[in-house]
Amino acid sequence: MSDCHDCGNCAVVAGPAPGKHGSAHPHVVAIIGPPNSGKSTLFNRLTGLRQKVANFPGVTVEQRVGRARTRGAREVVLVDLPGVYSLSPRSEDEQVTRDVLAGEMEGIPKPDAVLLILDCTNLGRHLVLAAPILSLKLPTLVILNMADDLASRGGKVDTAELAMELGAPVALISAAKGQGVEKVFQFMEGTAGGTTSLAAPKVQLPVLQDIPKCRQWAHQVGSGAAYQAPAPPMWTRRLDAIFLHPVAGIAIFAIVVAAVFQTIFSLAKPLMDGLQALIQTSGQWIESTLPDSVFRSLLVDGVWHGVGSVIVFLPQILLLFLFIGILEDSGYLARAALIADRTMSKFGLQGKSFIPLLSAYACAVPAIMATRTIESKRDRLATILIAPLMTCSARLPVYTLIIAAFIPQHPLIGPLLGTQAGALLGLYVLGFAAAVVTAKVLKSSVLKSERTPFVLEMPPYRMPTLRSLGIRLYDRSKIFLHRAGTVILVVAIVLWVMLHLPLHNGKAPEIGRSFAGMIGHAAEPVIKPLGFNWKIGIGLISSLAAREVIVGTLGTIYSVEGTADSTGLRQALQSELTPGGAIALLIFFAFAMQCMSTVAVVRRETGGWKWPAIQFAYMTFLAYVCALVTNEVVGSGMLRAIARL
Amino acid sequence: MMQLNVNKPLGTAPNPAFAPKTLAQLGRGESGVLDRLDLPEDIARRLMELGFLPGQVIVPARSAPGGGPRVYRVDGSEVALRRETASRLILRSSSKSNPRKT
Repeated sequence: MSDCHDCGNCAVVAGPAPGKHGSAHPHVVAIIGPPNSGKSTLFNRLTGLRQKVANFPGVTVEQRVGRARTRGAREVVLVDLPGVYSLSPRSEDEQVTRDVLAGEMEGIPKPDAVLLILDCTNLGRHLVLAAPILSLKLPTLVILNMADDLASRGGKVDTAELAMELGAPVALISAAKGQGVEKVFQFMEGTAGGTTSLAAPKVQLPVLQDIPKCRQWAHQVGSGAAYQAPAPPMWTRRLDAIFLHPVAGIAIFAIVVAAVFQTIFSLAKPLMDGLQALIQTSGQWIESTLPDSVFRSLLVDGVWHGVGSVIVFLPQILLLFLFIGILEDSGYLARAALIADRTMSKFGLQGKSFIPLLSAYACAVPAIMATRTIESKRDRLATILIAPLMTCSARLPVYTLIIAAFIPQHPLIGPLLGTQAGALLGLYVLGFAAAVVTAKVLKSSVLKSERTPFVLEMPPYRMPTLRSLGIRLYDRSKIFLHRAGTVILVVAIVLWVMLHLPLHNGKAPEIGRSFAGMIGHAAEPVIKPLGFNWKIGIGLISSLAAREVIVGTLGTIYSVEGTADSTGLRQALQSELTPGGAIALLIFFAFAMQCMSTVAVVRRETGGWKWPAIQFAYMTFLAYVCALVTNEVVGSGMLRAIARL
Repeated sequence: MMQLNVNKPLGTAPNPAFAPKTLAQLGRGESGVLDRLDLPEDIARRLMELGFLPGQVIVPARSAPGGGPRVYRVDGSEVALRRETASRLILRSSSKSNPRKT
């Protein structure tokens, strides 16, 4: 056994001198803990809404930084580190954690203190991480989270004795319920004020590379602190008996997926209609208040209707994120990955690809970032390449608009699934099918590799808290509205200008003769076989920036034309597209990679332009061919003939 | 060496076969003591961090519906492994009660 003296690369920091922490140096506190220890819950509890999400410089690991204020009104900067079991730098997550703690991460000052959060219902195993953290000799608070679970399941720990054993203060808390969080604030108050002194641990720290020795050390520390492991989580076992049941498990999996789609469609509708009415009425009010001018036209037709037609979809996107949040926080998502593994392995992927692919239903960008949990490089690349085929939330506005305009609502399976929700579900299945077929092709050709092991920890089931779901939704709305306020606003203004130039006898031209119209007409020969006219063409070109932009573009075009004001975008489209063209447009959006953010993130994650270029070409080709075939088939009335049989 | 639960007698019947039993051969509700991990080092270390250490008692729980990976109870948590991985985790034979150095 050795102690931390041979931990040469971690500088020993003396207790911070009082007065050293002026306004120039923020007091930095790092939060570290194993996966499923409740790290993010604590981070949210401490910072509330004062947080931002970015990436650590040069790597793909997500960095969450927030601010907290202690009772003594000291400002503390909190850095949420990725969940790790050890500091041996094997994965990118562990490397980042190590670099931040050693003060070697660019842009982040060396932390002044550490909050080590451990799940006290599984203290034996989680304490293993305490050895490398304590050997860093930074002021550390050992937080035992899930105190409520420990008590209700009959476990015990002597925190005072544990603090003696470890030579570090210990706080028993429940981050989800807020119990004991006061002690965390007190600790940060102390370190920020420079009053914390380091005590020597009673137990010698183990050799960090030797996992069995570390585990034995943790066991010894736990026994010293009279740790009594709680009874097994009975509720988790009872629920697993249902959710992993050979028959019921699969049925529940299917019902959960169908219910999510039905609810986001039927529940979101009244909210969206309300928001739509609000935007219409306020637009009319602005129009009646302002004098007739070019500025009024830009504001109402360009900005208000363009941006407004995208903002309408906020309720639906938030509902989708709410469901993903509930599934993830409750622990069901891990079971879903388990159920999906067998199917995923048939396509050469694994259950771990299921989680990024499911997040890709929300957005491909975080999904592609989430692929870093896949150890095999080839599996990871395959997952990155197929992720944009999954139906992201930006497609939802386009799908909703066209489905509502072209698919009549009838009950399909009683009250559970209607035709419109069924069509939406069909598009989701289509995206998924395209993704798995592509994966199969990739994995049996260019990305062929040996099967990599699937190892997944099953967290106990927990009731999701309103607070954590609320913060998720707040983050999502912020990102969505930020996009609406920047990319979509710029596109709306540029489009309005291009619709109003060149001037014709000092007046704006009719749309067909505007710059935008010229571009649309130039594109028309290419897209005509798909059943799209030049106006849709303008929409397609503008949606290269982001998919939902097409809705704003069409909103602006028809608003300028004057049709959207009276009859609404939906009715305008009904007179604009044939059923064949409408379905072809859905198919086009299902496959095309109309998203610059995704292209950018793929370039960053794969380290070059090669893969994003191949991906973009492949998806556009697939979209074009499938839309062409769809338009031909639907247009020829073949579907109607089949339906009649 | 490991002092964790190694002296706990096994409740399972003695295995007459000469070939060492693997985790994949355990049925639900049976239990076994891990002897060694016959896997590449990086994967073995990951499993060890999750609790699959020589000397630990492992209890198989449910598997995914339709024969997917199985959940194993080990060291206070539940971890899912595919059959192919479980078959590389070699169990101690019931007669050998003393922990062996690996």
